[in-house]
Formats: sequence, C-alpha cells, structure tokens
Amino acid sequence: MEINGADTAWVLMSGALVLLMTPGLAIFYGGMVRAKSTLNMMMMSFAAMGVTTIIWVLYGYSLAFGPDAGSGLIGDLSNLGLQGTINQVVGGEGHQIPTLAFVMFQLTFAIITVALLSGAIADRTRFTAWVIFVAVWITLVYAPIAHWGFASQGGNGGWMIDRLGSLDFAGGTVVEMNSGAAALALAIVLGRRDGYRRDPMRPHNIPFVLLGAGLLWFGWFGFNAGSALSAGQLAATAMINTQVATAAAAMSWIAFEKIRDGKPTTLGVASGAIAGAVAITPSCGYVTPLGALAIGLFGGVASAWAVSRKYKWGYDDSLDVVGIHGVGGLVGMIAIGLIGTKAVNAAGGDGLFVSGDPSLLIKQIIASVATIAYSFIVTWIIATIISRTIGFRVRQEEEVTGVDTVEHAESAYDFTLHANR
Amino acid sequence: MKLITAVVKPSRLDEIKTALRAGDINGMTVSEASGFGRQKGHTEIYRGAEYTVDLIPKVRLEILANDDDVERIIDILVSAANTGNIGDGKIWVTPVDSITRVRTGERGSDAI
Repeated sequence: MEINGADTAWVLMSGALVLLMTPGLAIFYGGMVRAKSTLNMMMMSFAAMGVTTIIWVLYGYSLAFGPDAGSGLIGDLSNLGLQGTINQVVGGEGHQIPTLAFVMFQLTFAIITVALLSGAIADRTRFTAWVIFVAVWITLVYAPIAHWGFASQGGNGGWMIDRLGSLDFAGGTVVEMNSGAAALALAIVLGRRDGYRRDPMRPHNIPFVLLGAGLLWFGWFGFNAGSALSAGQLAATAMINTQVATAAAAMSWIAFEKIRDGKPTTLGVASGAIAGAVAITPSCGYVTPLGALAIGLFGGVASAWAVSRKYKWGYDDSLDVVGIHGVGGLVGMIAIGLIGTKAVNAAGGDGLFVSGDPSLLIKQIIASVATIAYSFIVTWIIATIISRTIGFRVRQEEEVTGVDTVEHAESAYDFTLHANR
Repeated sequence: MKLITAVVKPSRLDEIKTALRAGDINGMTVSEASGFGRQKGHTEIYRGAEYTVDLIPKVRLEILANDDDVERIIDILVSAANTGNIGDGKIWVTPVDSITRVRTGERGSDAI
C-alpha cells in the first residue's frame, strides 16, 4: 500500500478544481436568465452541491463505485456510509492514491452533472421540487450510469468500461450526454416558459456569463486532466487537449455566428468555449492535440447549430443543455471512434480513420445510445411523478412575478430608488 | 407660465445641456424613459435567436418657463436634439397654474 504522493496531490487538487466548476456554472447560468430569476437559477446549483454530497457519503458512492452487484449495471452496498474506503487505496501499481481522494474527485462530477440540468428549466422551477429531484436523480440515474462508464474493476465492473470496452476518458457519456438527455426530458415535462418566443428573454448579465465560462474552463483542467488519476504524461495530454479544443470551439462558434447572423457575439464565445470543453471531455485522453483541434472546431459549429433546434421542435431547453452538453458529448464520443489513437494512450484505442477498423466506433455508438435512452426515460418518469404529485413548476402568475421573490423571498438586485429605501 | 416637456434621444442630452446653459436657461429635470413611436426597435441576437427590443430608451426633459421664453427654448431644444433621423423625439408645451420655490416660498415667475 505505497501511496504515490504526486498522483495524490494532483487528484486532490483536481477535486477542488472540479468543485469550483459548479459555482462557476451558477454564475454562467445566473447571468443568462432574466434578472427576476437569477437567484433561483444559482440556488439550483448550490442545492446540487449540498444534496449530492449528502447522498454520496450515505450511499451514492457505493452505488456508483462499490463492487459490481452483477451484470455491470450498479455497485452494491459494500461502501454504505463510505465504509471500507477509509485508509484504503485505489489505482494501479506505483500510482496508488487514497480511496477517499477518488471519492471526493468523483463526488464533484456527480454534483456538476445534476447541476447542469437546471439550465433546462430556468425561470419556472419550484425549489423544493428541485431538491427532491436532485436526490432521486443522483440515485436512479447518475449512480448507475457512473457505474457503467467509470467503475473499472478489473473487467468485472461497469458494463461500458469493463465489458463493452467503449472509451470515455472524463465523462462524455456519464456527465455530458447524460445531462443533455435528462435536460431534454425535464424541459418536455415542465413545459415552456410563459411568453416563450413572444417575450424577449435576454440574458440579464453577460459579463456574468463570461466569468462563469472562465471558471468552468479553468475547472475543466481538473475535470479532464484529473481523470488521468495520476500526474504524468496522460494528464498532460488531457490538459493540452482540453485547452486546444476549448479555444478552437470558442472561435468556431463565433465564426459560425458571423457567417449566419452577421455578428460574432459575446454569449457565443462563452458558449463555444463550453461546447469545446464538452466535446473534448470523453476524448481528451485518446487523441492528439491536432485531433483535439479538429474536435473543437467541429464541436463548436455542431453545438451552435444544435441550440437553434429547440425553436424548430418547440421544447424550451432554456439555456441549451441539450445543444451544448448532449450534442457536444456525442461529438466527443464519436470522435474517439474515428480519430482515437493508441499512440497517445496505450490503454486507449485506434479509431476507424487510424486502423480502418470500425469496432471501436460501434462501441462508442452503443455506449452513447444506451446512456441517452436510459437517462431520458428514467428522468422523464421521475420528473413526471414529481410534476403530478407536489408540482415541479410555479403557477403562471408566480412565474410572471419572478421565481426569486416567489420561491426565495429575495431579489438578486436592489433596483429601488431613493424613495423606496 | 408653461411646462415644456421633451422626450429625446439619450445621446443628445449633453448637447442639450450645453445649449440650454449657453441660452441662459438654468433649470431642467431629466428622467429616464422608454417608449416607441415611428422609430422601430432594434434586434439583438442571442445564440442565434433574434429578439426585437421595441421599447427604446429615451430621456424626458421638463423645463418650467415664462411664456415669453417658450419659443426660444423650443428652438434651442430642436437644434440641439436634432439628428435628422427617425426617433429624434417630441416636444410639447402645457400651461401651468402655479409655481412655488420651496426654499423661499416665492410664487409665479419669480420662482422659475
């Protein structure tokens, strides 16, 4: 039980980096909604940090990363209350880190995944319903899918990582496509905002959006490079790839806007950066930096196009979780099957364009479809039950007033003049 | 005594202040306003979605004046606020029954 200090330090640091992404997301999303629902938007992220942590310690970690309960679908209850993790180690020979460092690192992934969903239901969500939703969703959707994609247990763990052999370095399925599919289900169950497509629902603070995007970009180095679970070549590859794809997508998104709409926008550059970081999330440990460049350029355009689909198809995914995380995650997963190369990572695989063999691509597609289908269906059921029982959205007149005052008895900003102070 | 009210483009406010001072008019109240007229709103684009912003920001000026000064003030306002474009605004004049200076209690023209 020899602990590698360098690896441990990097994973501990990465856990802190990824945790910072969720307050970053709160600011990213908070700036994008109207002033009257800023606090409700940010509260959903902070509630995700609170509720998920409690569940993770009690049983969430055990369901996701406990010993496989059979068939690679879910972990058993061996690590209930984090028993059996204290003073233990995980990792290969020479790269062992304390299990609790891994528990903390993975917790931050669970937090941001569920927090991402809040973007689909801006301006209209009953806060208590959200808190309950987070608890149920982490249990029934996140924990199983994290087990499928992340719980590597010597060939007998999660079915995607250990049995199918699909590749997902940092969560293209578990985090990105999972949140994208679940966001679509939530947007459909809750329905459109009052005045959707009639009223201008402009972002109320775009500098906030940029600050949030910057925090997410920064934290993403922990997310992707931290997923190497060691401080070596693989982490370095993942980090440069993250930088390259994020930067490329920020530029390709605004280039797309310039051509289509005539103006490159600030919201576009922030959105593009996130789309690029999403697309490189599954692939950052399996492609070259030039591959990352291609993924970023393509991912930015794909998401910029995808976000406008909601107007065609009529669902109100308010802050474009589907277009950015669902589509970006899919781009990254498929990219591995095309341009992944063992030259970068011996534990990775060669994609179709490298080896001429489509088998990896097929595995990538199977993992993607399974994640989307399970996440969408189970989320739809959970949201429908909450909606039919305690109610998931505020009443129409409350929505017009603003969820901040209705749900939290607060306003984000004091706009009153002297007479009202 | 008259109340001159003008709704004009915010970008002309500095010009108007300077012109009024040069014309020895030493009093005006300014408030933020928004509205629409013949000038249509502008479009903004967020993630490809176009929004028409149809209420346009304006400033509202209110000036109390003696009857003899009204035409001169209107001329000053027109020349300072005019850009020649749609949306330059409007000026209207209404009669005022009484004016009182709060500090001294002076009434009528002395209070202007």
